[in-house]
Amino acid sequence: MGRISRRLSTRSIVFLTFFGVITVSLVQSVNAVQQPSPTADHSKFKVLQGPFERAEDVTTACLECHTEAGEQIRGTTHWSWVYKHQETGQTLGKSQVINSFCGMAVTNEPRCTSCHVGYGWEDMKQPPPTADNAVDCLVCHDTTGGYWKFPTLAGHPSYIPREWPKGSGKMVQPPDLEHIAQNVGSSGRANCGSCHFYGGGGDGVKHGDLDSSLVNPPKELDVHMSPDGLNFSCSDCHTTGGHAVTGSRYQMTAKDQLGIDVPGHTDFTRASCESCHGLQPHQAQKLNDHIDKLACQTCHVPAFARGGVPTKTWWDWSTAGRLDEGGKPLEIMDEHGHPSYLSEKGDFRHGENVIPEYAWFDGTVKYTMVEDALDIDHPPVAVNRVEGHPDDPGSRIWPFKVMRGKQPFDLQHQTLLATHVFGADDTSLWSNYSWEKALQAASEMSGMPYSGEFDFIETTMHWPITHMVPPADQALDCGSCHQADSRLAGLGGIYMPGHDRSVWLDRIGWLLVAAALFGVLVHAAARIVVSRRRGQ
Amino acid sequence: MSRVMIFKRFERFWHWAQALLIFVLLYTGFTIHGTLTTLEFGTAVEVHTLAAWALIVLWLFAIFWHVTTGEWRQYIPTRNGLFAVMHYYVVGTFTGAPHPYRKTSQAKHNPLQRLAYLFFKLVISPVIWASGLLYLFYNDWPGVLAGALSLEAVALVHTGAAFAMLVLVIAHVYMATLGKTVTSHIKPMITGYEDLEERH
Repeated sequence: MGRISRRLSTRSIVFLTFFGVITVSLVQSVNAVQQPSPTADHSKFKVLQGPFERAEDVTTACLECHTEAGEQIRGTTHWSWVYKHQETGQTLGKSQVINSFCGMAVTNEPRCTSCHVGYGWEDMKQPPPTADNAVDCLVCHDTTGGYWKFPTLAGHPSYIPREWPKGSGKMVQPPDLEHIAQNVGSSGRANCGSCHFYGGGGDGVKHGDLDSSLVNPPKELDVHMSPDGLNFSCSDCHTTGGHAVTGSRYQMTAKDQLGIDVPGHTDFTRASCESCHGLQPHQAQKLNDHIDKLACQTCHVPAFARGGVPTKTWWDWSTAGRLDEGGKPLEIMDEHGHPSYLSEKGDFRHGENVIPEYAWFDGTVKYTMVEDALDIDHPPVAVNRVEGHPDDPGSRIWPFKVMRGKQPFDLQHQTLLATHVFGADDTSLWSNYSWEKALQAASEMSGMPYSGEFDFIETTMHWPITHMVPPADQALDCGSCHQADSRLAGLGGIYMPGHDRSVWLDRIGWLLVAAALFGVLVHAAARIVVSRRRGQ
Repeated sequence: MSRVMIFKRFERFWHWAQALLIFVLLYTGFTIHGTLTTLEFGTAVEVHTLAAWALIVLWLFAIFWHVTTGEWRQYIPTRNGLFAVMHYYVVGTFTGAPHPYRKTSQAKHNPLQRLAYLFFKLVISPVIWASGLLYLFYNDWPGVLAGALSLEAVALVHTGAAFAMLVLVIAHVYMATLGKTVTSHIKPMITGYEDLEERH
């Protein structure tokens, strides 16, 4: 009987092991499911046969069927570049804020407005163009990769062959609008990425966790977006409805208390880890015990700019304008081949595999607007600051890219200054390398006050890190934070075993231990000496 | 010369299992504290937690055993002979005087041991258990507790008790060698039997 049951149990163990292996491999092979094909084949639509002379003509055709799409787009931040912050009351958005990259979008049209989801916004003092067909459908819905908003045409693609980058000799051909129009589809990573990966003027410059490596990332770079993984498009998390995209950097959900998003029951956005992974995502309870204080990203994005594209970490505008002996602009590269000095832009530092900095964050980002006075006696000044506090139950520890650099400010008004860097005119910094002219022109163009006296001040800017999540086995281990030389050193507000201790308790404790050992040693030594003497 | 059973089988199992667990807990505990770095923090926490639960279970059995067998009486403090034992450790052990205490199965601990073990059982261990369980279940503290107590306070008490435990372990291990020969106290803890000889 005993033998039979033992044999049975051996067999069942073998079976269970086999079954377990099969189950695990099935679970691990849950990869991207092919998206079902759409209900319309756009190449069959008569209205999309063309020919199209300009991109607006395609929009006109789109609106024939998608009657509300234009109006919907015009109601979004993607269009208005204005964001009314519910918590701080600040009016933010690309048309309002200043950053530590190229300063403001205002005064740098049509370069900056090349990323506007429309055509022809050439003067940002005015609202975006009002024509129905000024909305750009193709930037988000092109599936061919052939559509490209030319960087200097206020949102238009180029309709003639044009050289880009300037002086490179490379010609950009006009897009095949008929082909593109007949192959529209839902937005993929490359669509959103065509603007969001290139913020700050180039690939990966701004965010650190968003760059062109995410168009086709390996699983190690981004487990969600990788074609070898789940092959998510941005909108799989940044859920859209009526062309409005959820998930805001100005007002983030720092702590999603709703958990898994059940349609009809929660907030209709999956732009948080908890939206899919829930509020108890780990098998180990001790790990789940951390989620009240730690954002998922803090452990699960151990470093950013990991895809081979560097991100800018330092930008010193104060050195811009230096020319070589022949009066020609300089271009100096660092040891990795990234520019470290450009006459147009000043000094740079770039980073790859950058370890984030950490801060308590309740989701609210407050900006220093151009009219806000700076505390110039205590640089660096914060261009934006993240709010949050260890005692606030809505705050968690989040990872950030902290962008640092120097940018111009008004000595008299003690405010940051708009800068006119781009423009084929006599005043832009990039045409004549004169800050005096560029700042004066920016003031005249924007109507923002400028005393005529300027200097440069060191600034910081916080960029929340949330993308580039590697597979779970590459998350930080406990010791990354639970040690003296911790990633979270200096953060404060929590007692972290292994990191925090009472110096006095340790001193007294080790003193007692040492005393005990000393007593034992002396006693033992005395015993040995005495016993030897008695032995003699 | 006759042999007499001093430490019963359960008692010996309890002693050595507890000894092993305490060493594991000290090692992993001081890793978690940041003193030792040979083990990864997460592993140390897992082993520490596991060993703590094992020790708690062991203690439940031990308490049951002590109560049902009446062995708890072994720890009733007495002043009778206390100073003689202390005098022996300070002076007698060097002059070759005999140990003033003879253990029997009825009274297996000398008066100093009784005091030390009672302190271990009634003070250090309860403080370690209480602070350790509070530490472990920090996230599940009810609001009243969370308002009154901080993790830092709990951690400091737990660490303080750990230092006390370490000092006790050092003294205990050394004093185990203070028998007639270096091993004569240790042998009964392993075999259970004490050799009873005539006093000389």
